[in-house]
Amino acid sequence: MAGSPVQVTGTVLTTRRVDAYHALTVVAPGIADRFRPGHFVTVAAGGRDTAMLTRRALTVHDVKPDYGGTVELVFAVRGAGTAWLSEVKARDTLDIVGPLGRPFPLPRDPCTCVLVGGEYGSASLFALGDALQLRGCRIDFVLGATTAERVFGALRARRMGETTTLTTEDGSLGMRGRVTDVLPGVIADVRADAVYACGPMAMLRGVTAVAVEFGIPVQVAVEEHMACGIGVCMTCVVPVIGEDGVTRMLRSCVEGPVFRGERVRFDDVGTIPFDALGAPGGRNV
Amino acid sequence: MELPNPVLTASGCGGTGRELAQFFDVVRLGAFVTRSITMAPRAGRPTPRMAETPSGLLNAVGLQGPGVEAFLERELPWLAERGARTVVSLGGGTVAEFTALSRRLADAPGITAVEVNLSCPNVEDRGRMFARDGSAAAEVVASVRAAIRYDVPVIAKLSPDVADIVAVARSCVDGGADALAMINTPAGMSIDVDAMRPALAAGAGGLSGPAVRPLAVRCVWQVHAALPGVPIVGMGGVTTGRDALELILAGACAVAVGTATFHDPYACPRILRELEELLTERGFDRLADAVGLAHRPAGTGPRGRTDLEESSL
Ligand SMILES: Cc1cc2nc3c(=O)[nH]c(=O)nc-3n(C[C@H](O)[C@H](O)[C@H](O)COP(=O)(O)OP(=O)(O)OC[C@H]3O[C@@H](n4cnc5c(N)ncnc54)[C@H](O)[C@@H]3O)c2cc1C
Ligand SMILES: Cc1cc2nc3c(=O)[nH]c(=O)nc-3n(C[C@H](O)[C@H](O)[C@H](O)COP(=O)(O)O)c2cc1C
Ligand code: FES
Repeated sequence: MAGSPVQVTGTVLTTRRVDAYHALTVVAPGIADRFRPGHFVTVAAGGRDTAMLTRRALTVHDVKPDYGGTVELVFAVRGAGTAWLSEVKARDTLDIVGPLGRPFPLPRDPCTCVLVGGEYGSASLFALGDALQLRGCRIDFVLGATTAERVFGALRARRMGETTTLTTEDGSLGMRGRVTDVLPGVIADVRADAVYACGPMAMLRGVTAVAVEFGIPVQVAVEEHMACGIGVCMTCVVPVIGEDGVTRMLRSCVEGPVFRGERVRFDDVGTIPFDALGAPGGRNV
Repeated sequence: MELPNPVLTASGCGGTGRELAQFFDVVRLGAFVTRSITMAPRAGRPTPRMAETPSGLLNAVGLQGPGVEAFLERELPWLAERGARTVVSLGGGTVAEFTALSRRLADAPGITAVEVNLSCPNVEDRGRMFARDGSAAAEVVASVRAAIRYDVPVIAKLSPDVADIVAVARSCVDGGADALAMINTPAGMSIDVDAMRPALAAGAGGLSGPAVRPLAVRCVWQVHAALPGVPIVGMGGVTTGRDALELILAGACAVAVGTATFHDPYACPRILRELEELLTERGFDRLADAVGLAHRPAGTGPRGRTDLEESSL
């Protein structure tokens, strides 16, 4: 199976700070080979005999062929696990499993795509941008965050994208506001055919609403709490409407994290919609 | 019931088997234990369904699953084709549901044993779990025993959240259980201090992982002491071969691995290898010789016990 994940003990090549984020480059041959844009990996935090039992999911930002294959991860410190990761040094080893999840589907024919990233969510968009450009697509970026130092990858976006629009909630970089404030204008200006988005759930909901308004397809990479990342624990589910019109609680680690935006019931995330398959007392039981 | 080796997946921790097969051949498992299968599809609980605690994991998945028909159509045949030995875990809210489920499974090929998840809430008893009461547990076990094929062993899975686990264990055996499994997750809770709300959407959840291992060891110990002839599948926080041996010395003749698989997808085959190495190192020819060995009187040598039941599950 080309896409099947592997577990590797990878040596850390470099660590660096990128504004508000930490970046790690790790030698992980089997993972780099199999990587497609949108894939993620899980990292064991805390070293041997760690008390942290669940792995941390991180998007693959970049892969390079050096040393048989490296992956670059970009992350914000949130709790104990990411705090531990931020202390990792070059030459330390990391236990990584990947590549995981359903990657971004690519359009068959060249078209114009808007890539929308919120906070560290932009990290997954550059490999996607490369793949789209290889297919002859035009790409435009819309990146946003609360403040300037939390906007990830603005320089790279400016180099790669036909246009790049930045937003911050405090106005410290680009336009003051959110990505969804500027997205309709960008879609109209560039006559976008499709939207790709990665970032916080609330942003994905807004981006999807905009794309639906324009009647163009939108692919979103969601983020739900994960314990295993490989599809065995059932903790990472989101309500998604299937081809048959039935809502199911799908695992974002295997059926996602990339979904068609209009299929995700964003308003019902964190609930079991009453009409979902198998909902308590629901009619689909 | 003969298994080629004593390391099983724990119910609800191995997916459908296909997910783990990406990492290792499921035939290498002593047995694959399914998540608890219910009659109808179940959507489970809202998210967040998990929270990490020190050396522990709280979960409230709520038995999400496709229901028995989809299980028989899509999941069991795949496991059978692979040659996996499959233990089907049963979940239900009433005795009638357990009976119906057992009837539905009665003539399905490829079932090595059934495990009765007695931690399910009993809808006819204000949602209190069957496992908290010996007579309720025994009633479920007897109904499954009566409906399932005579040559398919019935394993009763017990909860540690009871005043007297030995009494419940005895009732289950009296009700027809061929073996016992323990422990299911004790109830726990965690509050997100920043949000000042419970960390799980469901409020409380089941605690698993090394945090509960001493609880598992105590339960296995007590039940083995009282019912030395009954095979026990021990589980709760097994992460290494040493942890597996601890439960075996307490009286388990097989161990199941749950949460450890979330951290290490290869946990089951790794733990088996580590356990085999430990047994060889200590000069045990057979696993059965180590089962319950910690019960020997103080002062006796490590191999002092000779009256061990041959309880290869
Ligand atoms: C597919 C996917 C890709 C991700 N990519 C990135 C990325 O590239 N960069 C980045 O900074 N973060 C990313 N995240 C979020 C990242 O997984 C969490 O920030 C991280 O797990 C928090 O761990 P912690 O120990 O620091 O926090 P804690 O809050 O202590 O974590 C406790 C537990 O909750 C889980 N958890 C908590 N928050 C999240 C969350 N938002 N998503 C999933 N699990 C969570 C952790 O895995 C852990 O098991 C991604 C999440 C997913 C699901
Ligand atoms: C996410 C999760 C789901 C579980 N689902 C079930 C289940 O469906 N049926 C069941 O009998 N036990 C279930 N359990 C309990 C485990 O089978 C096991 O008894 C418990 O987790 C202790 O073992 P561990 O510490 O190795 O995980 C579940 C546990 C977890 C963590
Ligand atoms: S994280 Fe375990 S099933 Fe998705």
